[in-house]
Amino acid sequence: MPTTANVTSPTRRARGDIPFEIWNYAGFLIFALLCGYPFYYLIINSISANDVSALGDVRLWPEGVHLSNYSQVFQLSGVGNAALISVARTVIGTACSVLASAYLGYMFTQERMWKRSFWYRSMIFTMYFNAGLIPMYITMKTLGLTNSFWVYILPAVVQPFFIILVKTYVESMPRSLQEAAEMDGAGTVRTFLQIMLPNMTPILATIAIFSAVSQWNSFQDTLLFVTDQKLYSLQYMLYTYINQASSLAAAAQNVQGGDLSAIASAATSQTPTSIRMTVAVIVVLPIIFVYPLFQRYFVKGIMLGAVKG
Amino acid sequence: MSMFLTVLPFLVLVFVFSYLPLAGWVTALYDYKPALGLTGSKFVGLQWFEMLVSSPTQVRQIAQVMTNTLAMSFLGIATSLLPVFFAILLNEIRWKWFRNAVQTLTTLPNFISWVLVYMIAFSLFSTTGLVNSTLLDWGLITMPVKFLDTDQHVWLTMLAWSLWKGLGWGAIMYLAAITAIDPALNESARIDGANRFQIMRYITFPHLMPTYVVLLILSIASILNNGMEQYYVFQNAFNKEFIQVLDLYVYNIGITGSSLSMATALGMLKSVISIILLVTANAIAKRVRGTSII
Repeated sequence: MPTTANVTSPTRRARGDIPFEIWNYAGFLIFALLCGYPFYYLIINSISANDVSALGDVRLWPEGVHLSNYSQVFQLSGVGNAALISVARTVIGTACSVLASAYLGYMFTQERMWKRSFWYRSMIFTMYFNAGLIPMYITMKTLGLTNSFWVYILPAVVQPFFIILVKTYVESMPRSLQEAAEMDGAGTVRTFLQIMLPNMTPILATIAIFSAVSQWNSFQDTLLFVTDQKLYSLQYMLYTYINQASSLAAAAQNVQGGDLSAIASAATSQTPTSIRMTVAVIVVLPIIFVYPLFQRYFVKGIMLGAVKG
Repeated sequence: MSMFLTVLPFLVLVFVFSYLPLAGWVTALYDYKPALGLTGSKFVGLQWFEMLVSSPTQVRQIAQVMTNTLAMSFLGIATSLLPVFFAILLNEIRWKWFRNAVQTLTTLPNFISWVLVYMIAFSLFSTTGLVNSTLLDWGLITMPVKFLDTDQHVWLTMLAWSLWKGLGWGAIMYLAAITAIDPALNESARIDGANRFQIMRYITFPHLMPTYVVLLILSIASILNNGMEQYYVFQNAFNKEFIQVLDLYVYNIGITGSSLSMATALGMLKSVISIILLVTANAIAKRVRGTSII
């Protein structure tokens, strides 16, 4: 990662240097394994023979590899739909909050806006307090947002922190860029769309990635505001699967009944363990793939936040 | 003005989702029943607030909840130097690919949900999970150990999971702060005969302290805000007494126990105290550093 620089490289040998080196490498190796192994464990279990994984005997490498869990798990009632909901809220929610942050962040740099700093402050202030769980619940209920897909999107559109990021970014861009556009007669909105937006992409990428991860991972809003099973997200499905072993076993039976083509062998017939592991991997895989690729954006995001503080 | 009008819809969203809920605080003065609505519910004045301090069972419960809340917050604060050490020590690793691999693997858990953390905990530590089945195979135990369904060491277990999830990511900011240290400082220290441990102790560590202090003040200010997600997913009948932090308790009595008004009263107190703490913390930071933190 670009964040680390070894500033102390060629240092004088100190007493205890060699033992320190060994302990340091060993310590980080162990902690890294503790962090990484659980993900590996979920993955190897989801592709192993289900009768073996149910016994908890898959520990170091997969046994009896097969991928049928991934097609079978989507036959469980609700899983396909939950995946759709999760993808939809991630895509729509991210698009909304990125565009809104870009626009608001830019607009709040415009000194001509009416009562600009008052509106800006009252928006930033919301970062530091919330009315509480129950008032939020009552509000959502009053607005008719409980059991609505929009409860996932609307509250997430305006994100003060992201707006700060964009505003700081725009302020660091050369003024002349905007002035030139306005000189040519472009209005504020057109300047935004044609000049500012394309020039903001680095910061917008950071925002998009943060926003997407938080949408994908979100669990609490489903728990609080949604009872309609059609709106359950994958995270919520996974949570119910962990806690409801008996109904899960029944669901596993149904998968077999529905699937005529597959001869239900012990290795591929669903068990509560195989269902949980497979759904968990489906939930975590996007993060595992996306995170290393976009790690520098995540790091940049937190650093920009720190600069503000 | 036209500029303002294009921003207005967004300001409406802010108002609706952040300021409008404040109006819900009045439910704390009623015996609120969702079916009846506010107008149909009975006005009870400060009854709920009085109950919080007068009813013995209630007081005992609140005391336990507050103990849990503060215990977990203080454990978090007590371990808040760990990311600093993590960063300093990781910076001593010279093998670049190793350092990068460690950084990627240890920050990954920060980006998964608590549900998934619980799934991992469940598959590793349930009675049929990896740890128990391994220990049984090796003959170290004869009966599965109940790691999750227990009221033992709940606070420490919760601390361990938040460290597992957050330690690597918490170190990122300090690692960046280390890169900002002027190399000339290290150089001159080395010329003066300092070894690497002395450089870590007397140059790197002090340079990280300003960042650390800001984060520390912020964490003291949010001492009542543990959030509920972690505790909700790990909650079960066995550990309930020790895992219920304020946020979770408000959820439990409000949504599942449906004493909405009581929960609102409690949540309201929490919000007010939190904002006072934050303002105080900010004032202290202003005094100490000359700049505010919020």
